[in-house]
Amino acid sequence: MTKKDVIVLKDLLGTNKRIAAEIRRELRSRGILCVNLLSSPGSGKTALLEGLADRLKGRFRMAVIEGDIETERDAERIRARGVPAWQITTGGACHLEAKMVGRVLPGVPPDVDFLFIENVGNLVCPAGYDLGESVRCVLLSSPEGDDKPQKYPQAFLSADVLVLTKSDLIPLVPFDPDKAAGEALAINPRLKVFRVSALRGEGMDELAGFFADALAKERAGRA
Amino acid sequence: MHELSIVASLFEILEDKAREQNARRITAVTIRVGRLSGVVPELLQSAFDMYQKGTLADGARLEVEVVPFDFRCRACGGTAFREEPGVVCAACGSKDIELVGGMDLVVERIEVEVDDT
Repeated sequence: MTKKDVIVLKDLLGTNKRIAAEIRRELRSRGILCVNLLSSPGSGKTALLEGLADRLKGRFRMAVIEGDIETERDAERIRARGVPAWQITTGGACHLEAKMVGRVLPGVPPDVDFLFIENVGNLVCPAGYDLGESVRCVLLSSPEGDDKPQKYPQAFLSADVLVLTKSDLIPLVPFDPDKAAGEALAINPRLKVFRVSALRGEGMDELAGFFADALAKERAGRA
Repeated sequence: MHELSIVASLFEILEDKAREQNARRITAVTIRVGRLSGVVPELLQSAFDMYQKGTLADGARLEVEVVPFDFRCRACGGTAFREEPGVVCAACGSKDIELVGGMDLVVERIEVEVDDT
């Protein structure tokens, strides 16, 4: 019996990255803008999608993939808005992976404009997994506190958009939106920051407008 | 927090490699973990210890090399930085920094036992 060293040099997330790249290529060729929503549980991802569904309808078609550990509840909320939705229940896993999205993709109607993926509520793990999205959007709600960006840097570092949610609660909780945005921008100066209340509607038209522009840019880039 | 799913991918890679090398056993595994990979070396070690039972790598030792951040300044191209907090280019003071390393999760090498020929 002999011992020997073998060089491997293989990326542990290589399979996920390869599948994500295939998804990105396919969605881009179909002219669909894919957005991955990341945040802690309860910071308002589903409410944000409900608000966007109301604002985009008529002009655009959207579809939603919901990631949760258990239950079909979020997908049902989205379907109640007249938007097709697929629920992925991970059964315990703390994040979505590209292969899970890939399994749902064949069912997504070819004529949708937006595919929103609501990741499992978790500000840490989903950041490491590319799902093939074109826009990564991180949410931070006012009750969570304005000190989170520096405490959970990966999510903010990897995102394109920061949405400060539940702005209607800012008068009631110790949350300084400028501090939250400043902390996030210190980590990632390319973040585009929005402040919204999905409940009251503040900032939602601007956010919907941003996604409409991003879709137009993505399609222009393809042509 | 998803160290177990990382370790599951690790074992897929290990099994392929062991087969390719006609290895009897894997006795050591070295992986490179970036400081921004979101993976905690201690948790990876526990997940590895749990997963290795009954596999070709049963009893193998896991070595984790932690690698620091690596940046490039989008404004001046500089690669030296200070953290204050947030990362600032040491040359021009710009905060427009591109992350070029520190997210790695790579199986570097393994040590295997093979039959003498």
